Amino acid sequence: MPIQGNLRDFSTTQLLNLINLSGRTGILRVFEGMPTGERDSNGNEKLQAGKERAQVLFRAGKLVYASVVGQMNDLIAVLNKGGKLTENQAKVLRERAKGTGDKALAMRLIGANYVTRNDIVACVQQYVLDIVYGVMVWNREPFRFDENVNVDAADRILVPIDIQNVIIEGTRRLKQMDEIAKHIDNLDLCLRFPANPKEKYEGVNLSVEEWRVVQYVNPKNTIRQIAKAHNMSESEIRRIVYGLEQAGLVEIVRPATTTRKDTAAGTTGGRPPRPNTQPQKQVVNRLIDKLRSMG
Amino acid sequence: MQTVKMVITGPYSSGKTEFIRSISEIDVVSTERDVTTEAERREKGATTVAMDFGRITVDDDLVLYLFGTPGQRRFDFMWEILAEGMLGFIVMVDSSKPETFREAKSILETFRAYAPTPYVVAANKQDHPDAWSPDDLRIALRIDPEVKLLPCVARERTSVRDVLLELLYAILEDMEEQE
Repeated sequence: MPIQGNLRDFSTTQLLNLINLSGRTGILRVFEGMPTGERDSNGNEKLQAGKERAQVLFRAGKLVYASVVGQMNDLIAVLNKGGKLTENQAKVLRERAKGTGDKALAMRLIGANYVTRNDIVACVQQYVLDIVYGVMVWNREPFRFDENVNVDAADRILVPIDIQNVIIEGTRRLKQMDEIAKHIDNLDLCLRFPANPKEKYEGVNLSVEEWRVVQYVNPKNTIRQIAKAHNMSESEIRRIVYGLEQAGLVEIVRPATTTRKDTAAGTTGGRPPRPNTQPQKQVVNRLIDKLRSMG
Repeated sequence: MQTVKMVITGPYSSGKTEFIRSISEIDVVSTERDVTTEAERREKGATTVAMDFGRITVDDDLVLYLFGTPGQRRFDFMWEILAEGMLGFIVMVDSSKPETFREAKSILETFRAYAPTPYVVAANKQDHPDAWSPDDLRIALRIDPEVKLLPCVARERTSVRDVLLELLYAILEDMEEQE
């Protein structure tokens, strides 16, 4: 029997914990939520599984692989993202290695001294973690965990990762992401350079990912378009833009008609609202009345 | 839809799962697994590893969720996650097992550090012949007189209801004090 439900009711953190503690092997699939037009007993909109959005693989309770649909997931993309292959190298390699599986390609790249085994392990691990941290932000998607699936079947490079550390780091990032998502509440806004960019960029060391964003800074490109161009998740682009903005290296251009308040409802990357920790007395009194009525 | 959350915590085998099961309107979403150590196996066959989850629907727009924590220390990294946003919490103590009192006190202090929310202590298994009385427990656990320490039999719905009501009264008093 698969474990299935909605991340609204059982979060990714809880799922990871469950899989870790029970030492399960299998695939967690997360889907787009398709509204059915009905409401569940909590009054929430019922969502059925639509297109698959992500897969996370586990072996004996350890995280071993993750992929996002619509994002390049092969070894070339992983190494490119990890800064071990340039865009050009990736392009050439993709042409030359057509039809070559990830494992075979890894052997060839190591053999040709392009990368080391450790480079590949580190890049795959980071790639998987970035995806999982991204999935941890999702909050309304249907999911299904199928147990005892042969996770080794496909030609994937699997790197076992201890889930407890992922949960701890993921929870820390979620708190941080809450703040960032509140700040950058609309990915359809654009970026522009500040008034005196030369002065501001002098002596600044940017990461590969930051440079990728900076090269697309233009009031015509939305943040969402920049993310798509670089195969970045919503949480990744938010984090990078937030860092650049805080450092004064870019400015977020908000259309005159759009205010933060207006756009907040359209936010897709934030977490569900926290339960109200300071409910009104009226709420407590209603709970008391309900309990008193229970025999 | 407004949701409020209460956390039921306490040492291993103190009756948290039973407590939620007695009052929840849905079958408790339990994450019990076979226990792995011999000492724990002597106590019971299965234990909660992630959390237990129960629900009480008040009306169309208010739901109370009850979250039971895993009792064993090796799962305590889950506690803070579960404590987030709680309205209040209940510390379950097995009144018949004095060897667990120190652990109960330690768990109580840990949860108090997570959030300054009201709480009550439930002296569970009061129907057990070896159960300590709530008054004796208060001394053993060094619980302040203003904190409610209530007799409880987690298998009995009315007993569970009374404990939840006392917690809600404590929450109400706390709100009035803050006004």
